[in-house]
Amino acid sequence: MISTPQDSPDESALLQLRGISKGFPGVRALDGVDFTVRSGEVHALMGENGAGKSTLIKVLTGVYRRDAGEITFKNRSINPASPKQAQDIGISTVYQEVNLIPHLSIAENICLGRQPERFGCIRWKFIRHRAEQALARLGVSVDVTETVANCSIAIQQLAAIARALDISARVLILDEPTSSLDEKEVATLFGVLRRLKAEGLGIVFVTHFLDQVYEISDRITVLRNGKLVGEYAAASLPRIELISKMMGREFSEAELHRGETAVASRSDAKPVVELKELGRKRVLNPLSFHILPGEILGLSGLLGSGRTETARLMFGIDRPDCGQLLLDGQPVALRSPRSALNHKLGFCPEDRKTEAIVPNLSVRENIILALQASRGWLRYLPQAKQIELADRFIQALNIKTPNREQAVRLLSGGNQQKVILARWLASHPRLLILDEPTRGIDVGAKLEIEKLMAGLAGDGMAILFISSDLEEMTRNSHRIVVLRDRKKVCELRGADISENAIMHAIAGTHENKEASA
Amino acid sequence: MRNWFQSQTWHKLKWPLAALALVLAYNFFFTPGFFQIEIKNGRLYGSLVDILNRAAPMMLVTLGMTLVIATGGVDLSVGALMAISGAVAALLLTQTALAVPAVMAIALGAATVAGLLNGALIGFLQVPPIVATLVLMVSGRGVAQLITDGQIITFSNPAFEFIGRGAVLGMPFPVVLVVLGCVALVLFTRKTAAGLFIECTGDNEKSSRYSGVNTRLVKMLVYGICALLAGLAGLIYVTNIKAADSNNAGMWMELDAILATVIGGTALTGGRFYLLASLAGAALIQALTTTILTRGVPVEWTLVVKALVITGVCLLQSEPFRRSVQSLWRKSPA
Repeated sequence: MISTPQDSPDESALLQLRGISKGFPGVRALDGVDFTVRSGEVHALMGENGAGKSTLIKVLTGVYRRDAGEITFKNRSINPASPKQAQDIGISTVYQEVNLIPHLSIAENICLGRQPERFGCIRWKFIRHRAEQALARLGVSVDVTETVANCSIAIQQLAAIARALDISARVLILDEPTSSLDEKEVATLFGVLRRLKAEGLGIVFVTHFLDQVYEISDRITVLRNGKLVGEYAAASLPRIELISKMMGREFSEAELHRGETAVASRSDAKPVVELKELGRKRVLNPLSFHILPGEILGLSGLLGSGRTETARLMFGIDRPDCGQLLLDGQPVALRSPRSALNHKLGFCPEDRKTEAIVPNLSVRENIILALQASRGWLRYLPQAKQIELADRFIQALNIKTPNREQAVRLLSGGNQQKVILARWLASHPRLLILDEPTRGIDVGAKLEIEKLMAGLAGDGMAILFISSDLEEMTRNSHRIVVLRDRKKVCELRGADISENAIMHAIAGTHENKEASA
Repeated sequence: MRNWFQSQTWHKLKWPLAALALVLAYNFFFTPGFFQIEIKNGRLYGSLVDILNRAAPMMLVTLGMTLVIATGGVDLSVGALMAISGAVAALLLTQTALAVPAVMAIALGAATVAGLLNGALIGFLQVPPIVATLVLMVSGRGVAQLITDGQIITFSNPAFEFIGRGAVLGMPFPVVLVVLGCVALVLFTRKTAAGLFIECTGDNEKSSRYSGVNTRLVKMLVYGICALLAGLAGLIYVTNIKAADSNNAGMWMELDAILATVIGGTALTGGRFYLLASLAGAALIQALTTTILTRGVPVEWTLVVKALVITGVCLLQSEPFRRSVQSLWRKSPA
C-alpha cells in the first residue's frame, strides 16, 4: 500500500502536488500544500471560503503560476502554463461558475477549440454528432443546436461537464458541479462519475454539500487558510469531525441543526408585501402570498418551478401582465429595479457573476452602489462616508479582503456574496429578496449568512428566501410557499414545515398525505 | 503626493507621458528651435504651443470618447457631428443676424440633440453602439452638406473667430477650452456619482441595473456629452479656416479619439476610465504628427510612423509583453 513517489505504479498516484505555494498582493492563498489524486478515486477537496481550493485548482490547471512547489503527473514533472496545456496533458476542469459562450449552441460549446475540420472547413454534422454522444454519456438528451443562453443553468452545467469529458481526460476536476443541479440531475452526474472512476480516471470534487461528499467520495483533503489540514479516507472521517477540521474549531451537531424557529409573525401585523394573483404569461401563473414584517418566507420548488421568476417580477426586472403587487397595502407598479429600489426593496440575484458583482470596481464601490443609486446623481456620498460604510460592513459581515479598495473579482465567492448583501443592507430595504444566497459558498459563510438573515428578520425586515437546499429552507423559514410548474401548490407553516412535506408537495403527493398516513 | 504616484491615475498616465517625453527629447536634439517660445502681440508662439493648439479639437473629442468607451460603447459619429455644428454655425452667421452666443448655442445644441438621439437608440432601444453611431457617421455628414447646400460657406466675424483664433493670457483659446472642458468633466465625474455610474455600467451593465442604476440614462448622457464636445471641436475647426467645409471637417477624428483613449489606458470593453491619460494620449498623437511634418518626412510616411509609435505604446502597456521583455532582459546578460 505504502508507496514512494518514485516507484509508485500509475494506478495509484496519478497526480501529485508537493509544497505548492501561491501568494497574491496582501493574501497568502496557498502555503506549502500537498495533494494527491489516485487513479480510480473520487477525491473531495474541502475547505471554507478562501481556504485555497479554487487557487489550488487554478494552479493545477495553469491559470495561475505557482510561486513554489512541484507537480508530477504520471511521475513526470509538469508545468502547465495554461488550461489548454493542462488539458493536453490530461487534466480537465469544470469551473464553479459556468464558463460557456452564451450565444453559441451547446454543440459548438462542447467542441470549441477542437473543431473537427476537413480541408480547413468545419464539419458541422460531425460536431453535432460528437456533442450528442458526449451528452448521451451523461444520460442527457437535449437539442444540441439550442443556444446556450436559452438553456437552464442545469443544462449549461451539464454541457460544461460534457465539454470536459469530451476529450480523453485522465484527471477530471469538478469545482462545485452540483450547485445548480436538482436531485435527479445530481444522481445522473454521480452515475457518470462512478463509471468514469471505474474507467480509471482520478476525479477531484469540490463541493459544499456534505451529503454529496459522503455519497461519492473515497478520500477527502481538507484545506484551511491556504494550508493543508490533512488527507483522510471518507469512510473513517465522521461528518462532524470534517466540519471542525474545516472551521478550525469544535462544532456541535446542535449548532448545525438549530431547533424550531420561533414564528415571528403575529396575526395582527400588516403585510409588508402582498402578491395578488401576480403573474406573467409563459413565465409565471398568477400567484398570491404575503410577507409580514420580521418574517422569513421561504420559496421552495425545483429549478425552473418559478422561484426566480417570482423574484424578478417582484423586483421590477420583468413586468407582470396580471395581478397586483401591494407594498404596505398600497398597489404599486414597478417598472424597473430602480423603482423597486425607490420603494425600498432589495434583491440578491442567483447568478452572482453576471447579475450581482461589478467585478473590476472596488469592494467599497460595490457596497455603496445601491445606496448611491437611490440617492441619485448629485447627492454623491462623501468619500469619508463611503469609507465608513465600507469598513463597517467589511467588519460586520466579516468580509475577507486585504482592503476596501480591492477589486471584487479577486475575492472568493462567499465574500463576494457578502459584499452584495452589504450593498443591499446599506440601502435599508423593508423587503430583501435573497435568491440562492448560499449557492457555492462553504459551511462557515453559509451559517454566517443564515445568522444574518435571522438577525435582520428580528429587526423587522421582511425576507423572501429562495433556496434549493431543503434543509436550509426548513431551518430558516417561518413559512414556506412551494411552487411546482410555475404554480403555487401549497403553503407550509409552523409545525408543518419539514423536508418531507416540501418534497411531497413538489412531487405532487401532498394531497394524499393524510389519506396514506 | 506619494500616494498619488501609486494611484491608477498615475499608473495609466505614465506610459503616454513617457512616449511624449521621448518624442519631445528627439525634437530637442534634432529639430532646431523646437522648444523656442516667443510672445507676439500678447500671444505665445512656438512649436509646443502649436502642438497643443492643433490638438485641442481632438482633445475635446477624446474627453467625450473616453466617457463613451467607459460605458462599453463607441461613438463613430464625432467627425460628422463636428461637421454639423460647423455647418449650422456658418449658415446662421451668413444668413441671419443672430448674436454670436446664440449662434454657438444653436450649433452646439444641434450636435447635442443628435448625440442624445444616438444615446436613446443605444440606451433605450438596445441598438449596438457601433451600428447606431455608424448610421450618424455616414448620414450626419450628408445632413451637414444639406445644411450648407453642398457649398463651402465662408464667413468673417471677429467675435465668433475668437473661439479658434483668440487667446487668453497668451494661451490660444482652444487650449483654454480643453482645460475648462477637462476640469468640468473631472468635477462632474468625480464629485458627483456620474463617474461611479459610468464605470459600473461599463463593467457590468446587468449588475448595475439590478442595483438600481439607471444604465439607460447613463448611456444616453455620455453620448450627449460626447456630442456636445464634438460640436465645440467643430466650432474650433470652422473658425480656424473661417469656413464650413462639410466634406473635410473632423475627417477621421473618431479614429484618433478612440486611439487616444486606448493609449490612455481606458479599456474598449468599458469600466474604469482615465480622462487625464486620454488627454496625454491625444497630445502624443499630435506631437508625433507635428514632429513628422516639421522633420520634412515625406507625407506618405506620416501614417506609418504614427502607427509604429502607437503600436509601441500599446505594447508597453501590455502586461504579458512587459513580462516577456523582462524575462529576456534577465536571460540575455548571462
